[in-house]
Amino acid sequence: MHHLTALNDFVVRFANVNGTGSASANLMFAKSIFRMGIPVSPKNIFPSNIQGLPTWYEVRISEKGYLGRREGVDIMLSVNPQSMPKDIANVKPNGYFLYDSTKELHKEFIRDDIHYLGVPMMQMCMDKFSDPRQRQLLKNMVYVGAMAALIDIEIPVLHEIISLQFKGKEKLIAANFQALDMGIQYVKEHYKCPLGLRLERRDKVGDWILLDGNTACGLGAIYAGATVAAWYPITPSTSLVQAFEKYAKKLRVDPETGENKFAVIQAEDELAAIGVVIGAAWNGARSFTATSGPGVSLMSEFLGLAYFAEIPTVLADVQRGGPSTGMPTRTQQSDIISAAYASHGDTRHVLLFPSTPAECFDHMAEAFDLAEQLQTPVIVMTDLDLGMNENMSPPLAWDDSRAYERGKVLTAEELENMAERYGRYLDVDGDGIPWRTIPGTHPTKGSFFTRGTSRDEYAAYTEEGPAYVRNVDRLLKKWDTAKNRTGAGVVSGEKPECFRGNIFRHHHLRCPGSPGTAGSTRYYPGCHACQSVSI
Amino acid sequence: MTFVRPIFRHPESPKNAIGYTKKHYEGALSTLCAGCGHDSVSGAIIQACFEMAVEPHKVAKLSGIGCSSKTPTYFLSNSHGFNSVHGRMPSVATGANLANRDLMYIGISGDGDSASIGMGQFVHAIRRNLNVTYIIMNNGCYGLTKGQDSATADAGSINKSGSANMYQAIDMAGLALELGASFIARSFSGDKEQMIPLIKAAMSHPGFALIDIVSPCVTFNNNPGSTKSYDYTREHMEATAAVDYVPYMPEITTQYAEGGSVAVALHDGSIIQLSKLDQDWNPLDRHSAMNRLYEAKSRSEILTGLIYIDTNAADLHTLLKTVKKPLNTLEKQDLCPGSAVLEGINNSCR
Repeated sequence: MHHLTALNDFVVRFANVNGTGSASANLMFAKSIFRMGIPVSPKNIFPSNIQGLPTWYEVRISEKGYLGRREGVDIMLSVNPQSMPKDIANVKPNGYFLYDSTKELHKEFIRDDIHYLGVPMMQMCMDKFSDPRQRQLLKNMVYVGAMAALIDIEIPVLHEIISLQFKGKEKLIAANFQALDMGIQYVKEHYKCPLGLRLERRDKVGDWILLDGNTACGLGAIYAGATVAAWYPITPSTSLVQAFEKYAKKLRVDPETGENKFAVIQAEDELAAIGVVIGAAWNGARSFTATSGPGVSLMSEFLGLAYFAEIPTVLADVQRGGPSTGMPTRTQQSDIISAAYASHGDTRHVLLFPSTPAECFDHMAEAFDLAEQLQTPVIVMTDLDLGMNENMSPPLAWDDSRAYERGKVLTAEELENMAERYGRYLDVDGDGIPWRTIPGTHPTKGSFFTRGTSRDEYAAYTEEGPAYVRNVDRLLKKWDTAKNRTGAGVVSGEKPECFRGNIFRHHHLRCPGSPGTAGSTRYYPGCHACQSVSI
Repeated sequence: MTFVRPIFRHPESPKNAIGYTKKHYEGALSTLCAGCGHDSVSGAIIQACFEMAVEPHKVAKLSGIGCSSKTPTYFLSNSHGFNSVHGRMPSVATGANLANRDLMYIGISGDGDSASIGMGQFVHAIRRNLNVTYIIMNNGCYGLTKGQDSATADAGSINKSGSANMYQAIDMAGLALELGASFIARSFSGDKEQMIPLIKAAMSHPGFALIDIVSPCVTFNNNPGSTKSYDYTREHMEATAAVDYVPYMPEITTQYAEGGSVAVALHDGSIIQLSKLDQDWNPLDRHSAMNRLYEAKSRSEILTGLIYIDTNAADLHTLLKTVKKPLNTLEKQDLCPGSAVLEGINNSCR
């Protein structure tokens, strides 16, 4: 039987059981390759479930930087008997199936066109470690060690990552080193190492980072000065607000008093979440929420109010598979129309589309400036793939001289010196954007009544046709102003004419399905996977 | 309703402690029906704010949708107002309050707005002990859509079209008590003497202060057989105690006086003076308040006055440990960790 051979160009898939602590071991694996200067693209493939069901972690390693998922698994690492038949079937011919051989593989699992590499991981851990939970966790390190020896991951790099992760917990570091070494030694003794599929250090990742988009968005909100976050838990957006809160607890606590310069509300539902955001924004605090498709449906009523009453509102929509509850743990970009026109009656919203974690950070920070400058909702459109996976990205960057653009807000002094009557919805500058006042600013000037009903330039309720038309015409003028403020979209990829839109990712085009062959309708000339298959 | 308000005001109009006359606390002319209970509540709010010498621009008034929710236009025109969407005022008030803890928040809602479409938000604002004076103008019907029964209409109450309501009523004060609200009162729009001190006390209370005010709908629910009419309410009203509000007397602490009176000290030093107490009711005890409510109900009485107060409950800002300075006044130097910290974060991702 042949052996697959490739240098810095193959796919490894881990078949795990969720809730067994495999995530951190798997991330160590991906990070060690990244630290060897080789581009990687790890993806979490997980069910809508907490414990006991299969999850997969697939790492595409590509020196050339092709980071979209591609079909065919070169090395399958299996520690989950439940998904074993499917996992074995997914291995490419001449590929490898690395498994926990504590129990013998049943005959029906034997394919004659793939290589089997058994490592008795559980048995080894039972023999060496006494604590049952630790056995489970260290088993994960045994397979990382086995993989390292098989594909030539530099061991010092792994040691460095482990030491950093368990900094200050010397006992844990020693145990993890031991488990790692058990894996290394076992495969070295039993198999020819390395395999034909192997790694070699490169210098291809520069100063880039591996980060999930949700954390990047949360950090963007921290840097932009958001003080109020309200949310309702929903996959895949949950970790976005959690990242905000985690960093706020580190970076936004007054060192003297221990008091928080932020407030996070886990609301009773998505309606309340965005209501809190709108209330805070109306009262002059930068605030945001994060949700996914079903949440956008629920928030639509309030988004219409924020559009019509002109309240700066920031929302991140981490999209998932729809319609309805759909596929909560799978990615899709299917909210674009519902977000763009969320709410009834000719409502329209500004959407930003980041394609990397660095852009998640930038767009999230930018969303606060834009929302306040334009006095309207701004929705940052990401998705599960970008939000919940460690994506390669340029580093996050913040210019310390950057000021928060708070838009047109009248101060007490400006109100005091104002000779003419203040009109909340009066277009004094000709750009469709009127001047706001924040409650509590001036004792007798600048107060107004915010409402979702039709109103005149002075915020007074009216059902007069001409006043209504003036108002909606001004909103359209503001929409044109918004178009100029948000800048043009960036189309990336070498032959963008074949696939336009905002679904480009990682600076490479992706075809919607499996790579095709040249000449067939499924062949996308701009898609690197297609090119690598067929040219 | 009035169509014209005279521009002329008596030159000797009394001024309050900060030099304002009542005019400073008025709003636009009401467009509600003549005799609407809600207008009396607006009047009581104006009077309470005037007497307390509240700075109008330090008040934010928020509402949902409905006849009641229109009223913030009719008082305190020097305050910012927010007429939000139906049933969602509590969340907007929560956000507003988080942004600036120094303002005073008045939330105006109705029985449709709070007991039906907004029940979830009402309940959760109580759970968080949001610092807001939450007034429900409760008329047992949907006025703006012409008189449908609401969820607070009593079973058997007959509406204007002559049909009896089939369903159980939700008692907003009882519900709030069950949920742990820190200030609960009920009143009647026809009883200014009682409403004004209650509103003042609610505004001084640092937490969720509910005043459920029976405020009859003259157009759709003031007919014989209705249990939310002026006549019925007057006949069935039973007060827990006569209420008086005494501002800023820090030397007095909570104490039981002879003859069934109690003085409850609020955090800002003001006092709620309750006299002619029911013997087995203690406003500081939830159990006895609950018993008192149930007893009244079983006798078909509408229990009014202060029902329960917890002066020690921590409000939302206290629970969240937010800084004393309003969040909306924090600036970049307070909030942005800077590029050096970000470089550290980048490094941890390599």
